Amino acid sequence: MEPVDLDFEETELELPSEPMTLNMGPSHPAMHGTIRMVLTLDGENIKHVDVQPGYLHRAFEKMSERGTWQQVFPYTDRLNYVSPLLNNVGYAMAVEKLLGVTVPRKCQLLRVALGELSRISDHLTCNGAMAMELGAFTPFLWLLKAREWVWEACEEQTGARMTHSFFRIGGAAFGPTEGFDAQVRGMLPKVLEVVAESESLLLKNRIFLDRTQGVGILPRETAIAMGASGPVLRGSGVDYDVRKDKPYLTYDEVDFEVPVGEDGDTFDRFMVRLEEIRQSVRIVEQTLDLMKKIKPGSPDDEINIRDPRIVLPPKSEVYSTIEGTINHFKLIMEGIHVPPGEVYQYTEGGNGELGFFLVSRGGGNPWRVRVRAPCFLSLQCVQSMITGEMIADIVPAFGSINMIGGECDR
Amino acid sequence: MSKIILDRLQEKFGADVLETSSFRGDDVAVVRPSRWREVAEFVKNDPACQCDYFVDLSAVDRCDPNTDDLDMPDRFEVFFIVHSLKKKHRVRVKARVSGEDPRIDSIASVWSGANWQEREAFDMFGVRFEGHPDLRRILMYEEFEGHPLRKEYPANRAQPLVAYRENTFDKLGPFLRDEGMPLNRSVSVDLERTPENPHALDKNN
Repeated sequence: MEPVDLDFEETELELPSEPMTLNMGPSHPAMHGTIRMVLTLDGENIKHVDVQPGYLHRAFEKMSERGTWQQVFPYTDRLNYVSPLLNNVGYAMAVEKLLGVTVPRKCQLLRVALGELSRISDHLTCNGAMAMELGAFTPFLWLLKAREWVWEACEEQTGARMTHSFFRIGGAAFGPTEGFDAQVRGMLPKVLEVVAESESLLLKNRIFLDRTQGVGILPRETAIAMGASGPVLRGSGVDYDVRKDKPYLTYDEVDFEVPVGEDGDTFDRFMVRLEEIRQSVRIVEQTLDLMKKIKPGSPDDEINIRDPRIVLPPKSEVYSTIEGTINHFKLIMEGIHVPPGEVYQYTEGGNGELGFFLVSRGGGNPWRVRVRAPCFLSLQCVQSMITGEMIADIVPAFGSINMIGGECDR
Repeated sequence: MSKIILDRLQEKFGADVLETSSFRGDDVAVVRPSRWREVAEFVKNDPACQCDYFVDLSAVDRCDPNTDDLDMPDRFEVFFIVHSLKKKHRVRVKARVSGEDPRIDSIASVWSGANWQEREAFDMFGVRFEGHPDLRRILMYEEFEGHPLRKEYPANRAQPLVAYRENTFDKLGPFLRDEGMPLNRSVSVDLERTPENPHALDKNN
């Protein structure tokens, strides 16, 4: 009796292969808990993928229509909750554009400084989480330690770690606190040190490099047509940054570079974020210097615009004069009266072009608040990024677009 | 901002460009919905416009349910915003469609980024984009009834996938003899293990 395997040659052996459907998420650690991917697999290769967001939909746009213009701020905090101050700034600037007012210089500088701190915390989180999902736990903990310092500085200034609701239409809740400058200047070099340490751990790590280089490639043309923005677009080699393209606030006065990738792979997006942290540190330091140059007592030194129709009166007036009380009451109960019109105001958020499209029909409530969520459009690119790749490549590719559920699903 | 795009649009489409404005520096053109797709292709390919970068697409419900007819002919204002990376200018193009049967051409084949945004506009407003490759709901679930960003949709309406239950406080204890673990060990020792009370501790052990 001859052995059975003599009948077969290895080349003829073909395993039956049928496409298999696999459900990834929404309860999957790498999907950040809010995304479901329905994969069609051939072995380990992804033939087709259907990305389904929406599990964290909280009706941001509907809720914004119910309250006054000021009441939208706490909702914006919860859009991109790792860089809430950037959302605050974006929304405040959109309403100010509709009103046709500009905030004083000191407030502009404060917005730039706090916004860039938020961007640092955003990128630290994204890069740390991405490294952790690939098994590198140490850089994750180190980067989160640095994020904690950033948040402590934000807490010193705004009173909250994450959901600040700090900026107001026409200014901010209050000016820079006494310890803010010193705390930020003391903390930033330490952050850079941690970033350099984590970088040295990851960029010499064969596993990390193999799993990110050449994985999840997003070609330049696709990224542009898809509307990807921020580090995802810049990783694909497009030099587009709202801060440079259409400078707002005081970004035209500070000196910084826009890092741009070459291949559009996961590694490039990682490196773009890493470099942006360094550039943001430069911006914050220069902004703090500019803040010191403001002449005390000059109009530039104020934090809010002087318009009783927009900005709340000081508490001392509210409690001691009838005009102050009425003014306060009207602003809170009726909201700011924004003239009819519609504007689209865009700023560079943590994930890219964060746009607010506002429609006013007059009166104290917004008629429509539309937010152009950058990571919703970036998430759309995931399909083309991972089709044809292997199932293990989903984790780094998806991690590198920094999908934040609150912003993506609104 | 420059008004090049608006001028080019008026040159090319004439009376089909219903309005143009530049409020607070935003260039806006309102076009006839029948020319929607042509306008999109023109804005992308015209050498003076070159709007290659897709920014946003959504809609605005212009109907106030208290005063207006829900089927008003220009109820939904669909808009898209596109940007030119080369020329560094952008434009917002709008078209108004009826509330009765809101339909407009899909521009997902012009900018692939419009795919999900059109799905979202369909989901939220019920505007149908004709020629869209895969017009499904995106943020809400399939079973959801209505379109939440329409003004007549009540903001406090809930549509749970699993019906809400009455809160049965009597189940929180003290447990019946056959339910759950007894709260007090000494009680369980006293109970005998029977088919109705399988969790009681055996006295002999």
